[in-house]
Amino acid sequence: MAEFLMPSLGADMSAGTLAKWRVAVGDTVAQGDIIAEVETDKGIIEVEVFESGVVTELLVAEGERVPVGTALAGIGQAADAHQKAGPAPEPGAILTAGASDLKLDGPAASPAIRRKAHELDVSLDRIRGTGEHGRITLDDVKSALRAPAADSERVRISPYARRIAERRQIDVSALHGTGPSGAIQARDVLSAEVPTDTKPASAAERMQKAIAAAMTRANDEIPHYYVEHTIDMSNALAWLRETNASRGVSGRLVSGVLVLRAVSLALRKHEELNATWNGEAAVRCQDVHVGLAVSLRGGGLVAPALRNTNEGDLSDLMARMTDLVSRARAGTLRSSEMTSATITLTSLGERGVEGVTPIIFPPQVAVVGCGATLERPWVVGDQVVARPLMRATLGADHRASNGHQGARFLRTLDRLLQEPGAL
Amino acid sequence: MNPEEIRATLLKCLTDVAPEIADEEIEDDMDLRDELDLDSMDILRWVQGMHEALGVEIPEEDYGQIGSLAKAVEYVVARV
Repeated sequence: MAEFLMPSLGADMSAGTLAKWRVAVGDTVAQGDIIAEVETDKGIIEVEVFESGVVTELLVAEGERVPVGTALAGIGQAADAHQKAGPAPEPGAILTAGASDLKLDGPAASPAIRRKAHELDVSLDRIRGTGEHGRITLDDVKSALRAPAADSERVRISPYARRIAERRQIDVSALHGTGPSGAIQARDVLSAEVPTDTKPASAAERMQKAIAAAMTRANDEIPHYYVEHTIDMSNALAWLRETNASRGVSGRLVSGVLVLRAVSLALRKHEELNATWNGEAAVRCQDVHVGLAVSLRGGGLVAPALRNTNEGDLSDLMARMTDLVSRARAGTLRSSEMTSATITLTSLGERGVEGVTPIIFPPQVAVVGCGATLERPWVVGDQVVARPLMRATLGADHRASNGHQGARFLRTLDRLLQEPGAL
Repeated sequence: MNPEEIRATLLKCLTDVAPEIADEEIEDDMDLRDELDLDSMDILRWVQGMHEALGVEIPEEDYGQIGSLAKAVEYVVARV
């Protein structure tokens, strides 16, 4: 039987709330079916299942928030559903995983439990497991969290400061004391940030926090380099005008779709940029799935992936892009769209500013930023003429490629946009 | 269809395209691109919505004439 786990819907996600089940025990599911809705900092995401089979059990109730990697449901063959007629699993047991997940060294605990313990800053070595074969369960981790800390870990804090901290629900172990011997004093507690749990954050605030976490990590970990190139968009826009004039309202294209296609085709020639960083090396991706940065008017940003953007004709790509952007705005994206991007494209739109220097979204190794297409002086032959120009910027991970390769990519992008009919 | 009904239809098409914007935030004279932050894809989807709802075909070169809700109502009233 396979376990359906809380997916990581982006590098910045540590937990999600199971908002709604779309299936019941006994339902038959096929790979790619949407079986649940998960609420994340990026909004409600429709989650697809990777296995085909029968839902044998639902392990997490609607409304429950669990860490990434937690088993949410069991997916088995048809026979498994019948075998599972026994009593419901005890709450703590749902997070224990199969023997293959156990590490030989250290206490026995599933990856989900390890992650939870890490998140709560609880050392598994201090816990005695009460699960099967002494395995550590979620309850054990939670009990350890409630148990008083050992002497060496006790926080030095004045009684007054402790009372304030309790009233404000501030975790004193995370505070830095400024009193004698580092003791925490009232002023340290008062200057501490009020945790968001006590002051419910709006969806936009949570999204901003998630973006902040991902971008901080990207800036800390990725050695970015940038190359820039200005592209004359006259040919592309003339082709677009002509094409749209001959099409009905429903078949029209926008210039963004030309840029998206050109980026996708250029990546086919410069595969070192279409990759993900696995912690030690860049792993090239077989397909091109471009994450489109979509800014939400409520203040927020998502970058869902459009799959295989180098394939199909432009009308098809336009329809898929429109659908993706509308769903991003409506908050109905799918899990695969949140995780499968192999590069990100951010376009500032025609009323934006000239250029953007974007940050890579980990684990990707490159990001393309396009400024607004604006009329600017441009030298053609020996004349200075007004031309619609677009500044394209490539931000890339220097561990995966170098500036020379990046520059070649932008040259290819330029060349492709000069022949829009071939896109 | 009178101008009131056309306005209501156009507004409905607009909020379909931009569900994050509430009806009451949209003022008739607001610039859709500069003030409501609509991009070319939003405008195209709005034009497509108007085409479906009212059968009006707005060519790309006329997009400048539908820069606000009020202008769009005027444009459509003259053609329906």
